[in-house]
Amino acid sequence: MAETNFKIWRGDADGGDFQEYSTEVTEGMVVLDAVHQIQAESANDLACRWNCKAGKCGSCSAEVNGVPKLMCMTRLNDLPLDQGVNIQPMKTFPVIKDLTCDVSWNYRVKKRIKPFKPRKPDNEDGTWNINQDDIDRVQEFRKCIECFLCQDVCHVLREHQLHEEFIGPRALVYTAALEMHPLDTEDRLEDLKKADGIGYCNITKCCTHVCPEEITITDNAIIPLKERVVDRFYDPLVRLFNKLFGS
Amino acid sequence: MTEHEIFEHDVLVIGAGGAGLRAAIEASATGLRVGLVCKSMLGKAHTVMAEGGVAAALANVDDRDNWRVHFSDTMRGGQYINNWRMAEIHAKEAPERVRELEAWGAVFDRTKDGKILQRNFGGHKYPRLAHVGDRTGLEMIRTLQDHGIHQGIDVHMEVTVVLLLKDGNRVSGAVAYDRERGRFRVFHSKAVVLATGGIGRAFEITSNSWEYTGDGHSLAYHAGADLIDMEFIQFHPTGMVWPPSVRGILVTEGVRGEGGILQNSEGKRFMFEDIPDNYKDQTAAGPEEGWRYVLGDKEANRPPELLTRDHVARCIVREIKEGRGSPHGGVFLDIAWIKEKMKNAKDHIKKKLPSMYHQFKQLADIDITKEPMEVGPTTHYVMGGVRVDGDTQMSTVPGLFACGESGAGINGANRLGGNSLSDLLVLGKRAGEYAAKYASENGETSINNEEVEAAKLEALAPFDRQCDCSDGTYQIQYALQKSMQSQVGIVRKGDEMEKALEDIADLKQKAATVGVIGNREYNPGWHTALDLKSLLTVSEAVALSAIERKESRGAQFREDYQDKSEEWAKYNNVVRRGPDGSMQIERIPIPEMPQELQDIIKEMG
Repeated sequence: MAETNFKIWRGDADGGDFQEYSTEVTEGMVVLDAVHQIQAESANDLACRWNCKAGKCGSCSAEVNGVPKLMCMTRLNDLPLDQGVNIQPMKTFPVIKDLTCDVSWNYRVKKRIKPFKPRKPDNEDGTWNINQDDIDRVQEFRKCIECFLCQDVCHVLREHQLHEEFIGPRALVYTAALEMHPLDTEDRLEDLKKADGIGYCNITKCCTHVCPEEITITDNAIIPLKERVVDRFYDPLVRLFNKLFGS
Repeated sequence: MTEHEIFEHDVLVIGAGGAGLRAAIEASATGLRVGLVCKSMLGKAHTVMAEGGVAAALANVDDRDNWRVHFSDTMRGGQYINNWRMAEIHAKEAPERVRELEAWGAVFDRTKDGKILQRNFGGHKYPRLAHVGDRTGLEMIRTLQDHGIHQGIDVHMEVTVVLLLKDGNRVSGAVAYDRERGRFRVFHSKAVVLATGGIGRAFEITSNSWEYTGDGHSLAYHAGADLIDMEFIQFHPTGMVWPPSVRGILVTEGVRGEGGILQNSEGKRFMFEDIPDNYKDQTAAGPEEGWRYVLGDKEANRPPELLTRDHVARCIVREIKEGRGSPHGGVFLDIAWIKEKMKNAKDHIKKKLPSMYHQFKQLADIDITKEPMEVGPTTHYVMGGVRVDGDTQMSTVPGLFACGESGAGINGANRLGGNSLSDLLVLGKRAGEYAAKYASENGETSINNEEVEAAKLEALAPFDRQCDCSDGTYQIQYALQKSMQSQVGIVRKGDEMEKALEDIADLKQKAATVGVIGNREYNPGWHTALDLKSLLTVSEAVALSAIERKESRGAQFREDYQDKSEEWAKYNNVVRRGPDGSMQIERIPIPEMPQELQDIIKEMG
């Protein structure tokens, strides 16, 4: 292959712009390789996060040609290289510098969600018996690598910046993993309805499309949670029952 | 004078992978103020890359398993120069630590009767690895993280420690900088736990990320602590070899645990041709027996692909060197062949090895359910590290503890797969527990401001120097990696390693005068320049220890001393900083094993 042009967003919270770089692209390279190469050749101070380089840690999230991606799993030969490659930080979070942004909001949101609370152990040695069938569903959610690309693409956060009212797809997947955990006894439905703002999600499935772990976020996590909330708070019979017997 | 912010903790844990998180959880349970420093963001540490499983003798799949078998397997794998006390504690306590994770929300794969499922792995006599497909490490770190954030631990994300502070002999804190703004933080504490992971970035081909520059090893060394077993570096037999940009990325041993076979370009299963004497009794006589083992036949012995990692890696190197390698300089690892043996092989592979399927499909255009992978050895793990007490994990510096990959002793000359995930739980817990105890029983420390100011000046010095981006800090790192890879790698020779020491001395000079561009805000060039000190320190310790050990044992293979020596079976190498600041090496005798443990080893054959 050959020299390829890259436009990488450089700047910080005060502003910035795309800068042009050129580097040699060879067989099998991913976007992150190109960023590293540029960093070593001509821009030592170019900021980007990465760790595992194998799609398992979720650190190198960015927008490649406008699409939220893990840079380590985006092959350059899948992109139209003759038009150059645009790389910029995730838009939904405040920029720190260059390709890094402040994702600490996600950590704060997670801490707010009621933690795992198991039922009493089934056996005297403190263990539980669980069928594989009962955990397949939860295991899907627990694949999440916390790359926050789903948060980045979610229009409630991206366009409307409702970070105070809505916890976003990642935190809903986390809640689903807890709610559907066969051992969990905690109740998070009221939080989901109020503090977590699950009603803001209008099921456009953008999050599902960008998930690098291919978690079916909307169908498997969010919709079942919405149904639970509806059953609890909007079912007329339940509401009547609650009114009469005060739950 | 550059400003800094001071943070007060009773126990400071440096490193937030599995070991650091487990230590912090334990220490904070005592009610002490605990600080946890992460070099990256929380939950991104290398534990997420651990795939195959966590070793614990739960005996859920084979009731013949118990701690004594696990202990004996660990010692055999480490070629008997392990710290036997740590190996004993580890084997005894691992099951409880795994069950505890389940109580904290971990969701392991299940047996038919609803217990935690266990899989086969190299060097383990029975199926012993509790797992979640091939993403066990992610499950573990996320469980520890999600539990840990509710324990009142102060988490410092994207902060790198550059110096440990001392008050007399005692450790009293650390100097660090935050990546985001480049501001300094001084941590004042009564005890410090190092859990910084490995040193893989000292080598060219590695499964490790940018973080693994041996910070904990180097911090401890410069604080006057002993390092032990530094010659033993684990080269994992199966890393990706193609395309070039992914060279070194890990391919889990779980592939072989599920029946994957290694073949050379002639289609031969070469592992059958070279089985070490001490594993002959435990290894299958042929492919048919090996497959029965994979299926769980208790009468069958394990296939030779599941011999210890040091041995498998050397066999692969031999095949490649002798011209029987794959097109891109590896050998073939085939799991697709099991379709001859089972109907639903494709689904089975995708279920058992989902991230391997994904990784090869996306990065190498290979469908592992249809065709073989190309694999070769990759620098994966360092057995050596901070020398600690077997019961408490305290180093030779009072108040300084180490666990996980940065601590050493349990693995001896070679680590068994799956033992690091269990060791980080067992020994991480102990490090946290005893660090908290130490902090409660010992009074306040003071910090030396001159040391703090000197550390800050040293860290900022690269900004005052000229910098040429294309011949700067990254190029020094690459030169070191090349030197270590080619001269202190899988096959070693005395004269080559002496040359590596010369290279290291030369690169030290260069690192001392390297400049960086830009400012202190999130500047990877600057961070890399500061990491060089750790990388060069650990590289020197590795080369020095490897030269000293004139024999081949476990992960150390010397072309000039190809045999195991009875004499060297009695010693560990210890490296420490001498009074003149130079690195010194000493052999220390291995303490005699109690009769009870000797009997176990004898009994297990």
